Amino acid sequence: MTTTATQPFVASRRAALPGTLSLGLERTRAEVVTFFRERDAVVFVFAYPILMLAIFATVFGQDGTTVGPDPGIPFAQYFLPGMVATGVMLSSFQNLAVSIAVERDDGTLKRLRATPMPPAAFFLGKIGSVLVTCVIQMGLLLTAAALMFGVSLPTEPARWWTFTWVFLLGTASGAVLGVAFSSVPRSGRSASAVVIPIVLVLQFISGVFFQFNELPSWMQSVASVFPLKWLAQGMRSVFLPDWALQIEPSGSWQHGATAAILAAYLVIGLLVGVKTFRWRRRDDG
Amino acid sequence: MTTTAPAVLVQDLHKHYGAKRAVDGLDLRVETGEIFAVLGPNGAGKTTTVEILEGYRKRDRGSVSVLGEDPQHAGRAWRSRIGVVLQSADDHAELTVREMVAHFARFYPSTRDLDEVIAAVGLTEKAGARTRQLSGGQRRRLDVALGIVGRPELLFLDEPTTGFDPEARRSFWDLIASLREDGTTVLLTTHYMDEAEHLADRIAVIRDGQVVALDTPAAIGARAQQHATVRWHDGTRHEERTATPTALVADLAARFGGEVPGLEVYRPTLEDVYLGLVGEATR
Repeated sequence: MTTTATQPFVASRRAALPGTLSLGLERTRAEVVTFFRERDAVVFVFAYPILMLAIFATVFGQDGTTVGPDPGIPFAQYFLPGMVATGVMLSSFQNLAVSIAVERDDGTLKRLRATPMPPAAFFLGKIGSVLVTCVIQMGLLLTAAALMFGVSLPTEPARWWTFTWVFLLGTASGAVLGVAFSSVPRSGRSASAVVIPIVLVLQFISGVFFQFNELPSWMQSVASVFPLKWLAQGMRSVFLPDWALQIEPSGSWQHGATAAILAAYLVIGLLVGVKTFRWRRRDDG
Repeated sequence: MTTTAPAVLVQDLHKHYGAKRAVDGLDLRVETGEIFAVLGPNGAGKTTTVEILEGYRKRDRGSVSVLGEDPQHAGRAWRSRIGVVLQSADDHAELTVREMVAHFARFYPSTRDLDEVIAAVGLTEKAGARTRQLSGGQRRRLDVALGIVGRPELLFLDEPTTGFDPEARRSFWDLIASLREDGTTVLLTTHYMDEAEHLADRIAVIRDGQVVALDTPAAIGARAQQHATVRWHDGTRHEERTATPTALVADLAARFGGEVPGLEVYRPTLEDVYLGLVGEATR
């Protein structure tokens, strides 16, 4: 293109394009700023798991009832892992499945596509902002559990190591599944209506709201197909005493299977997400 | 002009959706540095064509070159040389005007001064406002700011002033005209004839996915000057189309021996020429 060399700004055109990683950070920053300015969503995302923990611990834990054989586990402690798991799913899967569907509708994705932003930077920004919100949410939930409901948090480093890898794998697979699922709703307006029932059903069958061992075995089998069950079980292995294995249907925490299944969902979500992702609305040619 | 490579070169472009031929053998050549307007009614294929040039859509057939590259296969470096202002957008509603311009500037290797861009689109006073609080016209001007912050060589504007009040349109036109002075090539779609006439160096009129007229606004306008309609009323209505209306009126004056009853001499406006070209039956 020697012919355009007469234009005044062409000399600076040789400047390098900004790197994907730094643009991923820039997108993360914009996403996090946007998230915290949507006050209603902030309150919902952060308060929901705490509120649910309060309700379930209060309703089921009346008169000092506990879970399992003596000495028993206080209800607040038993439900905490489920609330951790559900919080991770809300902030990763539900958040992205709905927000990307909305952004496809309102032109965010279309506009970004026309810029020299690499697509990977967009996804890095989504993952970055999900991580930030999840970490804050977990901090608030665990603090509330310890201070308001007297749950004693684990002290062994091994348990926190389990927490870390289950949390990261759960968040990552939830995020990529959210990206992939965002193409399912027909429009941004219908996104919540499509996503929330799925999330709710998974919460009921995966041992978030009920004791997993008391669910019918066929329901346990169905739940085992989905990641939330494994996320919740992994978190129970962090927050419940070892003897609680007596009330686990499989009699084991199944860490190997948990890691394998969450990782498999991560890979499947990535492959499907990359293949089905659209920058424009369905009706937009 | 002939020594410079064109900014856009389109040959025999086809795009079909099922049986509908949205673009049907369209040719287009936009020279570097000009403001080029694409006019046509809704559904004529304007947006489809422009979105193929922007790299959003794949063509079925034909060749397309935008800044020397095929948009279908062009990468980030190419995207950094174009600016795209879409028909409608209300994204990133929670960011302020300044944050949004700064955010988008980060994607480009070379950018304009942020404050200058915001001033150029007349949003200096709104720089700290969340974009959700902007009016429709302000929002469109922000879209233009985002389109030009990366110093594009070629700017696409898709129906930029739809829904503007007359004053906003005027200041928008001044903004676009100032871009030409910077050497930016502008490809504009619109369905306002006066907008094309005011801004464009050349106009292409599109109908049924084809270019049906291509010329400077003056030359397309001259077409309007070729024929006038003379009407008079002497009990019955008469109407005659003629290339020599003065001679006809002189004849009539002689025939009536002075005043011609109900005389009207009417020349079609540019708008009429356009409507004639796109074959619109009703006004």
